[in-house]
Amino acid sequence: MLLIHCPYCEEERPEIEFRHAGEAHLVRSSDIATQGELEFAAYLYLRQNPKGVVAERWRHIHGCGRFFNAIRDTVSDRILTTYKAGEPMPDLDSVLANAENTAPSGKPLMQPVASKSKA
Amino acid sequence: MAKGTAPTPMKRTLPLSGRHGGGGLVSILPAEPAFRIALRARPDALGALSRALGLELPVKPKSSVTTGTRTALWLGPDEWLLIDTGDKDLAADLAKVKALHSAVDVSQRNTAILVSGLGAEATINAGCPQDLALAAFPIGAVSRTVLGKIEIVLWRTGEYSFRIECWRSFSDYAFTFLSEAARDAVV
Amino acid sequence: MSLNPKSGSNRIPGAGRLIPAKTVRFTFDDQHFTGLEGDTLASALLANGVHLVGRSFKYHRPRGILSAGAEEPNALVGIERDAMRKQPNVRATVQEVYDGLKATSQNRWPSLGFDIGSVNNLLSPLFSAGFYYKTFMWPKAAWKHLYEPIIRASAGLGVAPDEADPDHYANRFAHCDVLVIGAGAAGLAAALAAAETGARVILCDEQAEVGGALKYESGIRVEGQPGYEWAQETAQRLAAMDNVRVLTRTTAFGYYAQNFVGLIERVTDHMARPHAEAPREKLWQVRAKRVILATGAIERHMVFADNDRPGIMLASAARTYLNHYGVAVGRKIGVYTANDSAYLAAFDLKRAGINIPAIVDLRDSPSPELVEAARKLGIDVLAGHAVLKVGGTRRVSSMTVSPKNGGKTRSIPLDALINSAGWTPSVHLFSQSRGKVRWDKENERFLPGAYVQDCVSVGACNGTDGLQETMDEALAAGERMAKEAGIASKATVPKLAVTGGAAWTGGMIGSAPGAGVDTTVKAFIDFQNDVTAKDIRQAVREGMHSIEHVKRFTTNGMATDQGKTSNLHGLAIAAETLGRDIPEVGLTTFRPPYTPVTFGAIVNHARHELFDPTRRTPIHAWHEAHGAVFEDVGQWKRPWYYPRSGEDMHKAVNRECVAVRNAAGIFDASTLGKIEVVGPDAAKFLELLYTNPWEKLGLGRLRYGVMLREDGFIYDDGVVGRLAEDRFHVTTTTGGAPRVMHHMEDYLQTEFPHLDVWITSTTEQWAVIAVQGPKARDIIAPLVEGIDLSAEAFPHMSVREGKICGVPTRLFRMSFTGETGYEINVPTDYGQAVWEAIYENGKPHGLTPYGTEAMHVLRAEKGYIIVGQDTDGTVTPHDAGLAWAIGKNKSDFVGIRGLKRPDLMAEGRKQLVGLKTRNPKTVLEEGAQIVADPKQAIPMTMIGHVTSSYWSENCDRSIALALVAGGSKRMGETLYVPMPDGVIEVEVTGSVFIDEKGERLHG
Repeated sequence: MLLIHCPYCEEERPEIEFRHAGEAHLVRSSDIATQGELEFAAYLYLRQNPKGVVAERWRHIHGCGRFFNAIRDTVSDRILTTYKAGEPMPDLDSVLANAENTAPSGKPLMQPVASKSKA
Repeated sequence: MAKGTAPTPMKRTLPLSGRHGGGGLVSILPAEPAFRIALRARPDALGALSRALGLELPVKPKSSVTTGTRTALWLGPDEWLLIDTGDKDLAADLAKVKALHSAVDVSQRNTAILVSGLGAEATINAGCPQDLALAAFPIGAVSRTVLGKIEIVLWRTGEYSFRIECWRSFSDYAFTFLSEAARDAVV
Repeated sequence: MSLNPKSGSNRIPGAGRLIPAKTVRFTFDDQHFTGLEGDTLASALLANGVHLVGRSFKYHRPRGILSAGAEEPNALVGIERDAMRKQPNVRATVQEVYDGLKATSQNRWPSLGFDIGSVNNLLSPLFSAGFYYKTFMWPKAAWKHLYEPIIRASAGLGVAPDEADPDHYANRFAHCDVLVIGAGAAGLAAALAAAETGARVILCDEQAEVGGALKYESGIRVEGQPGYEWAQETAQRLAAMDNVRVLTRTTAFGYYAQNFVGLIERVTDHMARPHAEAPREKLWQVRAKRVILATGAIERHMVFADNDRPGIMLASAARTYLNHYGVAVGRKIGVYTANDSAYLAAFDLKRAGINIPAIVDLRDSPSPELVEAARKLGIDVLAGHAVLKVGGTRRVSSMTVSPKNGGKTRSIPLDALINSAGWTPSVHLFSQSRGKVRWDKENERFLPGAYVQDCVSVGACNGTDGLQETMDEALAAGERMAKEAGIASKATVPKLAVTGGAAWTGGMIGSAPGAGVDTTVKAFIDFQNDVTAKDIRQAVREGMHSIEHVKRFTTNGMATDQGKTSNLHGLAIAAETLGRDIPEVGLTTFRPPYTPVTFGAIVNHARHELFDPTRRTPIHAWHEAHGAVFEDVGQWKRPWYYPRSGEDMHKAVNRECVAVRNAAGIFDASTLGKIEVVGPDAAKFLELLYTNPWEKLGLGRLRYGVMLREDGFIYDDGVVGRLAEDRFHVTTTTGGAPRVMHHMEDYLQTEFPHLDVWITSTTEQWAVIAVQGPKARDIIAPLVEGIDLSAEAFPHMSVREGKICGVPTRLFRMSFTGETGYEINVPTDYGQAVWEAIYENGKPHGLTPYGTEAMHVLRAEKGYIIVGQDTDGTVTPHDAGLAWAIGKNKSDFVGIRGLKRPDLMAEGRKQLVGLKTRNPKTVLEEGAQIVADPKQAIPMTMIGHVTSSYWSENCDRSIALALVAGGSKRMGETLYVPMPDGVIEVEVTGSVFIDEKGERLHG
């Protein structure tokens, strides 16, 4: 069970309070009724689904009820950062740079230590 | 006087009436009926609403403000659950407020269970995944969260006492769950 | 030496820590034995001279006790507390004895001593590696009818219990700063250091008592105190601290994301008479800021011919049985080792008066100090020697020894053989945490490499061999982890001085001489799955070059012990056969659970009435008292029908349906979803969420709304009432309530956040009582205050606020039956009282309670759809005959663009129609497929399906709704419904079967 930082509750909460809500930053056209076939198909169906870093929507449905966005690495299943709905997507390079070599807590990862065997 | 609505000539059937649970370390009891309002508003209306309610609406996550029998529980950045366990109708106080807001009577949508005693925290932690240690969940802390398979609003009213609000039809599950959990709540 | 026959003839007086006077009685295969309090089943059986405890999985070979802990692959037994409580595959080395314990051996028939299945051992060429994939492939049909049943019957271990589990299981979510897994010397020291800082610490250990290796390591002193005593005192000291929780008999079985660790606490399995309120097991779901892994190391066995004979066991196990349980595992014990630690076991046994004929050491030059110590005790050390084979079947009786490079052999009689190939650090949980192991070439072991989570390994599981180094490392880790968890403390970390004990060196992985290449001997690697060294070599020869393939082909390490003793051996043999280095062949990934976990603990409270919430309406008690049969609608219990004496469902539903059309019916509609939409932009919001126009809906008026998804398909429907300019009362389907709320919030928060409107669920604020039928008005009129009920003042599709029976109400004039009707909303707690009042008042008018079945029939008679029954997520409003509900002049609503997709506008889509069977008595099956030509070749072209079908007593015939391709243009056409017992002929009709003009609504 993940711990997810809710940007509205301002703390980490257990995953079971949340619901995933699909890819983030899809723009619903303000003139959707007349949107072209391909643009609408892309809006309705086409998703990135990458192996790696995604921006996705979550809702703190059993908490504050707010939708927000998260940057998650689908390989490690680590959520690298979260931000409020309506805020722009953070710069992925800096999010990644910050996440590299850190444990989920943001602390530097432990490096292997030499064996203390006497053999 | 029956709380949570104006007096009527009809019999009011409460969902958990007569039930009690727990044992030596924890007591589980249905709460008395209360007036409840689901309040939604933006920051610019909070002053007017607070004045009408006679308490300062909390803006800090996971917090509550109580004055007399009336409490405002922060549920979200624009959402509060107002509870008045006395006989003052919250809706009437809010009706006067012109500032933009939504107030919806949920007095009977919710019902509440009071969990108290040394084993209260352990009992609730059988189904609630949040850290309920005093440092993380102090007196007055409130959060919408889960208990087993249902959603609840958890409010810590004392070091060893909690009020659990849930929807009426889930109260049987909540009460049964808490009673079962209390069996092995060791401190 | 004198014996203590009371608790077993192999109990050594003065040895061990159990109290001789505290005896317990238990049975094994119906034979009575006496053990001591604190014994495991294994130690108690060994004390009584019982080594043979089971038969193996595949070859039915006699098996004994290999270990003294959770890694045990062999000694699996059934434990039967009573008729209801039978647990198969319990490790005898973990199960504690209690008075009255009843254990049975497994996988043998008719008896443990004589087992017919052991013929498999003779047929073993048939059962070689990969036998499943090869031997039984032909003829194909024989697999299902012959091979599989025989294999299933003769393989496998214990028998699954046949009764429902009467025990209860608990769950606890727990949080801590530092979780320490393993309460051996390292874990205790780490916990102590962390606890001194004031951090919240949880310390768990799978064994009944803390101490780990200190349980058998004699001669170790911590701060001058005997090691085991220090461990107990330290645990007591920790347990007394407010910030520490010590959990014994508690296995950390799974390490998940972000330091989420699952623990299973076995609460009552060791008790003779458990308290009724105590859960059998408790699942701890721990979220730790930091985790310290102090999981120790597991001793490996030597791989040599017939190394599975009862009486052959790990050296550390024999030492544990002696030093902790006071049990000698034999009277004449041989020692076979490639490692120093077995010497210490031999020394302890010798000092306890056991005959040690020889230590056979595969190494050419063992440490001179150890050899000298052995010599002083009078033990022969045969360096550079190997055990080639052993004698005995049900109990080892001799070992045949020779120099490892060949030479003279000799046979040494014995009654137990202890062995050690070295120690495998327990990196299971580290691996589960997604940490990457690294290969320590020098010591031939995997150790924690790069960490992914906030954890650290200390002691033997980290490859730290010396005890003083372990203590220093653990104390430092405890302090550092607490600090990293955010604990600011100036507490000084204790220093713990250790004396005694030896740093273990040496060891080997893979097969020993005699079990090498080109032999057919059974030298076991994986005891539980009966995998031999030969099987691994064969797998490699047959093309399995990755350890993941070798593992699956041979099943090595895939039994319930997950290869705790076997993985490294298998890997080494595969690498040797492949001529590659071990890291190239790879280590399989460890996955949860570390040891088997009961379903009971995983399910914990979610059983019986807590399996899923059961939601009841506020009027439920009345329905129950009036004999209602209930239907499950999602989590709700809804009255289905109210049978009177002598009525079956059919008769009851017919009566209810007729009563509604001729007089009136009363129906509990409380489960309908309700949402209050409040704010100046409420109408604007609804314009966007529903296809219909709302801006012009008058105050006090209702409208039926259709909600779409963005793709243009129907998502939900319901009646919406305008209570004020800025306040709407929206209803949803019963099942759709939560998702409609979620859908609305989604658009409100993320697409239309500029709107001044909020939504609140009021589903349970209101009980809803539907009163429907020509007499509905007469029935409720006397009870209503403040609302003019006349047809002119309160027409169909209106809402008024007033009082009923003195209770505030939102009174809806609407109908889901086609009759004049009301849906009376009252605050929930008054639902039952108001229902009763209406019912009493209506009885003289023939008011009849009706359930969901009659409701379904009545609405189908009117062609009203039910979303989710007549629609399936691919139906548009046009398909469902609801095109009229789409606002023609709207520029936006959710689904507006989707509706214009070519496929959704194409000709020939499935459309909702009515069906009348040619024979009016025939009732179609819901879901039945429809064809145009019943004589066409199979597979037929199916043009639609039946969505709703009922007997309609009001129409005196069957009626049905169906989705049929091009349905609206097929009116009057004859179509066919092929069924197993014949083809049913149907006529396509409109979907309204009664009162097509809708006049009754306006009565």
